[in-house]
Amino acid sequence: MEEGFARNELELRLAPPGDQELNLTHTKTTTNTTKHIFQEKDHNPSLLSLGNSYSTIISHTTCSGSKRVLEKSWLNESQTQTHKFSSLDTLNGTPWSSSCSKYYDQQKDMKKESLVAVLQNTTEKQQAFLTDASAVKNTDGPNTSQKRTAPAPVVGWPPIRSFRKNIASNNSTKVKVEPKEQKLAPPLKSANEKQVENSCNGLFVKINMDGVPIGRKVDLKAYDSYEKLSSSVDELFRGLLAAQRDPSDEKIQNDEGDKLITGLLDGRGEYTLVYEDNEGDRMLVGDVPWHMFVSAVKRLRVLKSSDLSSLFAGGRKQGKNRTETAVIQ
Amino acid sequence: MAYSFPEEVLEYVFSFINSDKDRNAVSLVCKSWYEIERWCRRRIFIGNCYAVSPGIMIRRFPEIRSVEIKGKPHFADFNLVPEGWGGYVYPWVIAMSRAYPWLEEIRLKRMVVSDECLELISKSFKNFKVLVMSSCEGFSTDGLASVAANCRNLKELDLRESEVEDLSGHWLSHFPDTCTSLVSLNIACLGSEVSFSALERLVSRCPNLRMLQLNRAVPLEKLPNLLRGAPQLAELGTGAYSAELRPELLSSLLDAFTGCKKLKGLSGFWDVVPAYLPAIYPVCHGLTSLNLSYATIQSPDISKLISQCQNLQRLWVLDYIEDGGLDILATTCKNLEELRVFPSDPYGVEQNVSLTEQGLVSVSEGCPKLQSVLYFCRRMSNASLVTIAQNRPNLIRFRLCIIEARATDYLTLEPLDAGFGAIVENCRELRRLSLSGLLTDRVFEYIGKHAKKLEMLSIAFAGDGDLGLHHVLSGCESLRKLEIRDSPFGDKALLANAAKLETMRSLWMSSCSVSYGACKLLGQRLPRLNVEVIDERGTPESRPESCHIEKLYIYRTVAGRRFDTPDFIWTVDEEGNAPLRIA
Repeated sequence: MEEGFARNELELRLAPPGDQELNLTHTKTTTNTTKHIFQEKDHNPSLLSLGNSYSTIISHTTCSGSKRVLEKSWLNESQTQTHKFSSLDTLNGTPWSSSCSKYYDQQKDMKKESLVAVLQNTTEKQQAFLTDASAVKNTDGPNTSQKRTAPAPVVGWPPIRSFRKNIASNNSTKVKVEPKEQKLAPPLKSANEKQVENSCNGLFVKINMDGVPIGRKVDLKAYDSYEKLSSSVDELFRGLLAAQRDPSDEKIQNDEGDKLITGLLDGRGEYTLVYEDNEGDRMLVGDVPWHMFVSAVKRLRVLKSSDLSSLFAGGRKQGKNRTETAVIQ
Repeated sequence: MAYSFPEEVLEYVFSFINSDKDRNAVSLVCKSWYEIERWCRRRIFIGNCYAVSPGIMIRRFPEIRSVEIKGKPHFADFNLVPEGWGGYVYPWVIAMSRAYPWLEEIRLKRMVVSDECLELISKSFKNFKVLVMSSCEGFSTDGLASVAANCRNLKELDLRESEVEDLSGHWLSHFPDTCTSLVSLNIACLGSEVSFSALERLVSRCPNLRMLQLNRAVPLEKLPNLLRGAPQLAELGTGAYSAELRPELLSSLLDAFTGCKKLKGLSGFWDVVPAYLPAIYPVCHGLTSLNLSYATIQSPDISKLISQCQNLQRLWVLDYIEDGGLDILATTCKNLEELRVFPSDPYGVEQNVSLTEQGLVSVSEGCPKLQSVLYFCRRMSNASLVTIAQNRPNLIRFRLCIIEARATDYLTLEPLDAGFGAIVENCRELRRLSLSGLLTDRVFEYIGKHAKKLEMLSIAFAGDGDLGLHHVLSGCESLRKLEIRDSPFGDKALLANAAKLETMRSLWMSSCSVSYGACKLLGQRLPRLNVEVIDERGTPESRPESCHIEKLYIYRTVAGRRFDTPDFIWTVDEEGNAPLRIA
C-alpha cells in the first residue's frame, strides 16, 4: 500500500520498463501486483487499471479558474471491467450518421466530477467535428448523382493523396468502353499549361487570407466564373475569420451569424481578391477573361482592401521565402 | 584488456552488420565497441528530423555516407498538417556539407527542400550519388538543374510524388554529355515536357540505367525509341499511354517491349487507350510489379492484362478492377504479396463501380502470400473481415478505408469491432493497421490485447472515449506511430500513459478531445518529449485550459524543442508554458 503522496504538489510518476531514473518522486516503481488505494479529494471510485508495467500515478490540474490537485491511483484489472472512462459529452448531436448515436450514451454516468465536471462546464460545442466540416469544401466530380445528400466534405477524408483525386472526372465515360470504337486520344496538354499541383486534372492553387495563419488550396477547375470562385472563397474563410476575430468564441458554425465576405471582386468589400501570375506579378482578380486567369494564376490572396494601394505600390515579386532559420546545434 | 580483438578486426566484423537495429545493439555492448562502431557506421536513418539534431548526429557518427531523414507526420499526405509546419532539410544540409564531404546518398521523405539546398548538395559532396525525395516540396526545376549539372557521379535521381514548382523542362538538358552513371531516374511527378532528344540521349548513354519513370508529358510515340535505347530496363514508368490509333505505332511499341527482357515493373499509364495495351503483353509474364493506379481502363481490359501476369507480386489498381477482376487476380497471381485498390471517385455519393468487400475476400482466399493490403471500398461486413483474417493470418499491413465515415456492417448494422478484432487476433505479425467504419472502444480492447507486433496505427472517427485510447497505449507493446483524427480521445488516457509516449516515435491527434491543460502537464513532466499544439485560433493561453486544442503532435527527442515553428504552433516547454514568440 502506497501512502504519503504529497497532495499539494503536481506529481507525475513515470515507470517505463527498467528505467529508474525517470521516477520524479520519492515513491518506488510498483509492479502491477501492487494494489493502490484510490484516493481522491472527492472520494470518487477508481477509473481504470493497468495490466502492464506502466503503473502511473497522475496528479492532474484542473482548471477554469481554480487549481485543484487530484490524485488517482489505478486498481488492478479485476476491478475495472465495469468501468469506462467517461468521454466528454461532445459527441451528442454529432452531425454524423444517426446510427452511431446509441453508442455514445452512458459515458456520462461516471461519478468523478472533478476533472469531468470542469471539462463539461466549458461552453464549447463539438467544434472539433464542425471545424473540419466547415473547412475546405472538396469539389465533387462532375458525375456525382445526388440521390441522397452528400455528407459535408471533410478535410483529408477519404485519405487519398491529392494527385489521386479527380481521376474519374478525367474519364468522361462511365459506361464500359467498347473495344471496337475507340475515340481519338485527346492531344496532350501543351507544356505551357502550368499545373500548380500535380493532380490528374484539378488545378489547385494556394490561397491565403490576411488574418488567417493557415492557407488553403482551391481547385480552380471546379469553377467556371469569377462569381463562383468568389463565393467559394467566402465560404472557405468565413468561419475561420470569425474565429480569428473572437478567440474565445468557440462557434465555428457558419450557417448564419457570421459575416459574409463580399465585394471581393469589385473593391467595395472589406477584402479584395488578388492573385500572383506566372511572372510573379500581383494582379487584381477579375480583370481578364476567366480562362486567361486560370492559365496564368499561380496563387491567390485575400487582402484587406485598405492594404491594397500599398501593396501595388511595392509590387515585389514574391519569391520562395521559406523560413529556414532553424538553429543549428 | 589482453583478450580484446584489435580494432581492425572488430571493424571488419562490423562491416557485415548493416541493419540499424543490429548496429545499435552492437554499440551498447561496451564502450570500446561503441567507439569502434560509431567510427565505422556509414548509413543512418532518422525517422523524425526533430528527434535529433544535425550536430548530435555528426558528433557521434563522423563518417556517414548515407542519410535518410523523414519530416512531416504521415497525415500531411491528406492535408491535415498546415503549411509552414516545418521539416526543413536546410540545417541538415548545411551541417553535413561541412562535416561529411564524402556523403553519397540523401533520402528524404515529407521534407521541405529549397533550390538553395539542392544547389548546396550538388556542390558540397564530390562523390554524391543518390538523391531520393519522396513527397517533398519547396523546390523547383531550377534546383534539379543544379543537381543535374554538378553531380558528376549521379546514380539515382528519384522525385517520387514530390511537389515541384515546374518552371520548365529545360533542367534535364543540364546533364552533361559525359554523364553515363545514371541507374535510376524518376520524374513522374513533373508536369512540363522535358526535351525529348536530351532525354533520349541521356537514356541511351547510361548503360546501367535500370529504372526509368517518365512523366505524363512524354507521349507514347516517344516510348519505343527510349526503350530501344535502354533494353536493360528493369522498371519502366510510361508517360501518357494514349495516341491516335496507328498500327505502326502499335507494332513499334510491341517490338520495343519485346526487346526488354529484364522488365519486372511497370507503372505510369495515364490516359490509357486500351487498344495499345497489347503492346505490353510480351512482358506481362515476367512482371512482378504493376501500377495501374492512374489507368482509367475498365474491368475487362484490366482482367485481360492481369490474367497474363502470373508472377505478379505487387498490384496497385483503381477500383475499376471490380470484384470480377479481383477474382481473376486471385486465380492467376499466386505470388501476390501486395494489393492496393484506390477509389476512382472518392467524393461521389453513389457507388460508380461494382467493387465490394467480396473482391478482397476472393484475393485473401486465392493468394496465399498476400501480406500487404490497402483497400478502398464502400461497404464491409464483420463476417467478411473474419473470413479475410482466417484466410490470411500472415498479413503484415492491413489498411482498410470504407469511404463513408463511421459506416456500419452493411448486413447487421453493427459496428465493425468484431471484424477488426478478428484481424488483430489472427494476424499475429501485423505491423501496420488503418481502421475505418463504425468502431467502439471494443475494437481498441481487441487491438490492445492482441496486436503485440503492431508498429503503426491509424484511427479516424472511431471510439467512444478515453478507454479506447488507453487500451491501445497500454496494450500495444511495439507501437511506434499513432495517428488519430476526429475521435473522442482525451486527457485521461494520455496522462495515464504518458511514459508510453517516450517509447514511441510520435503521436498525432487532431480534432480529438485533448485539453490544453493536459498538454501543459505532459510537456512539463516529460522533458524528452516535444509537445506541439497546433491551433489556428491564436495562442491557447488566451482560452481556458480545459479548452480542446485543434491538433497535437507529440514526439520524443534528444534535441530539445525546435525553433522553426510557424506562429500557429506552440511548444510546451519545461515550465509548462507555450511562450509567445516574437514575431
